[in-house]
Amino acid sequence: MSDPVTARTPADVTVGGAAVDGAPGDDHRLVVEDLSVRAGRLGLVHDVSFRLGRGERVGLIGESGSGKSLTALAVMGLLPEGLSASGSVRVSSVDHDLVGASDARLADLRGRVLSMVFQEPMTALNPVMRVGDQVAEVMEVHDLASGRDARRRAVELLAQVRMRDPDGVARRYPHQLSGGQRQRVMLAIALANEPDVLVCDEPTTALDVTVQAQMLDLVVRGAAERDAALLFITHDLAVVATVCERVLVMYGGHIVEAGPTRRVFTAPRHPYTRGLVRASDLGALGVDGTDGSLRRPLPTIPGTVPPAGAFPSGCVFRNRCERADEACEVEPPWDGLPGDGAACVHPYDPEDTAAPGDTAASEPGGVT
Amino acid sequence: MAFQLLTRTATFLATLAVASVLVFAFMTVLPGSPAQVVLGVSASEEAVAQMEADFGLDRPLPEQYWDWVSGLPSGDFGTSYVTGAEIGPQIVDRSLVTLWLVGAGMLVALVIALPLGTLAAVKHRRPSGTVLAGISQVGIAVPSFLAGIILISVFSVTLGWFPAGGWTTPASDPVAFLQGLVLPALALGLVQGSVLSRYVRSTVLNVQREDFIRTARSKGLRSWQAMVHHGLRNAAIPIVTVLGLQLSVLLVGAVVVERVFVIPGLGSLLIDGVRNRDLLLVQGVVMVLVLAILAINWLVDVLYTVLDPRLRATA
Ligand SMILES: Nc1ncnc2c1ncn2[C@@H]1O[C@H](COP(=O)(O)OP(=O)(O)O)[C@@H](O)[C@H]1O
Ligand code: SF4
Ligand SMILES: [Mg+2]
Repeated sequence: MSDPVTARTPADVTVGGAAVDGAPGDDHRLVVEDLSVRAGRLGLVHDVSFRLGRGERVGLIGESGSGKSLTALAVMGLLPEGLSASGSVRVSSVDHDLVGASDARLADLRGRVLSMVFQEPMTALNPVMRVGDQVAEVMEVHDLASGRDARRRAVELLAQVRMRDPDGVARRYPHQLSGGQRQRVMLAIALANEPDVLVCDEPTTALDVTVQAQMLDLVVRGAAERDAALLFITHDLAVVATVCERVLVMYGGHIVEAGPTRRVFTAPRHPYTRGLVRASDLGALGVDGTDGSLRRPLPTIPGTVPPAGAFPSGCVFRNRCERADEACEVEPPWDGLPGDGAACVHPYDPEDTAAPGDTAASEPGGVT
Repeated sequence: MAFQLLTRTATFLATLAVASVLVFAFMTVLPGSPAQVVLGVSASEEAVAQMEADFGLDRPLPEQYWDWVSGLPSGDFGTSYVTGAEIGPQIVDRSLVTLWLVGAGMLVALVIALPLGTLAAVKHRRPSGTVLAGISQVGIAVPSFLAGIILISVFSVTLGWFPAGGWTTPASDPVAFLQGLVLPALALGLVQGSVLSRYVRSTVLNVQREDFIRTARSKGLRSWQAMVHHGLRNAAIPIVTVLGLQLSVLLVGAVVVERVFVIPGLGSLLIDGVRNRDLLLVQGVVMVLVLAILAINWLVDVLYTVLDPRLRATA
């Protein structure tokens, strides 16, 4: 199949200086291929493949229970007990596959080459350890600083994430900080060793709306200053529209659509993505081309996400899809380029935008 | 933190004062005057009155109470109505013996429970973890006096490795002291170790699943490093609670085990006191036991504030 979207707007293909899923040898920080996660015989994540370029910001979206967190944890080698990963996860600076690597080898990469910020700031920090020590530890464990030096760098990092009185904060315990402050501490830890890849799993979902924007700004700046590739998980499409250059859409443990953010949000090809876009309030940002001032009730995707193991065979979205027919009873092949396309038998026409109106949407990618 | 320590200590002292009133009151409400109890029902009224006068038992109760309680801080528990001997020195001697016993019992319990519980938690998905959990289940069902009798019949009567009872002071013969301590300490500690190992297991399991352990691993710590650097102190908080309870249980258990192994500790002293109707002695021993249990609770409270910054007042 031809790809009129990329053909029409070639700028979208090379956002952030990295080709969308170019040939091997390109400047990729993270290459994930056929990554699957299973709990015994139950498959939870299926053959996920994507690449992150240097300094690139990629969103991973999907409803709750789609497999976003498990994908992130599998990349980090931090799957909970009882779950196992297969496939391949590679980072540019390491010459071996992360899947199947020993815990010692992975530990050496975590916090140094790959870092992660988790969703729940209230429980992610050790309640009985001073905040400064928790930041310093990530440098000490990798022998990148120690003692007073690590402590001093920790205070600097806390200042970088705009902590007021970083000296005082370093001496405090997590329970003495707000959720937003704790999440900034987590970010300071994640950024401390200048990682190649930063994974953020819904870093603002648990936060007060008033501090979400600041957190987003810090994540984007922090990653940009270090030229780190950012994998940003959220179910908030508006956040993806402001933060990410490319987006991966996940459902039922599969990546069902991928592409440049503007293309995916203005001309979604997969019915699931289309449902997500319609159910979001992207209109408020003008991303879907509508005038944000005209607020209408948001149509939700019919049905709910089934529990793991209860997805239909063939296309996992089949039981909720308006276009489903017999052809969808076999697993749909990928339609389009590896980094820009959808897994659907009856994708929407690229010209058929999610909402009527001007398709020349605002440029995504900037927070400010 | 200093403020918390102060309030906890004040609470401890206040409770101790109330407890002393209760112990004293309990002994005085027992039917018959102490003199009557000592001299027996057949004693003449004059003899009873004479003895009450000798020991100051005819004075008002508050005065008697004050007389008794004001001596306690300096170790003066009064003079026995029965033997005429000073009670304080006896209690100190016997307390030391019981202290050794409880200490050794706790050590046995910890040495069993910490590795066993941790191992059972780490291997909880494997058969070995289930077996370990099962062993502790059996241990819990055996009361310490039964454990004592079994230990004596196996290691003393049959194998002859350890004495069946008796007590040697550590100063006079350290080797004999240790040999005599082994079986009673095991009798006390095995049971508590089984109970404790289950707490250790569930605590370690819970801590392993904590988000901050995952965070620690995401920073580059190995699993065991995350557990040692971040898990231990968090696990210590619930375990300290159980240890405090267990120390109190061990203290009571020691009374029984001292009986089985003929050890001259506080428990034996208490039973002797009851048998000899030596009320003041019983009163003194009960007071010491109450003090020990309150002191353990105070210590647990203090340890909490040391271990858990969330319990410290924020300025
Ligand atoms: N430890 C686990 N064992 C079994 N199933 C799990 C486990 N963790 C998550 N799952 C299941 O995997 C699916 C994907 O979960 P998750 O990756 O957390 O979704 P998301 O982050 O997109 O909300 C869900 O159905 C969830 O119930
Ligand atoms: S493959 Fe069929 S069921 Fe699945 S999303 Fe496409 S049209 Fe719907
Ligand atoms: Mg999630």
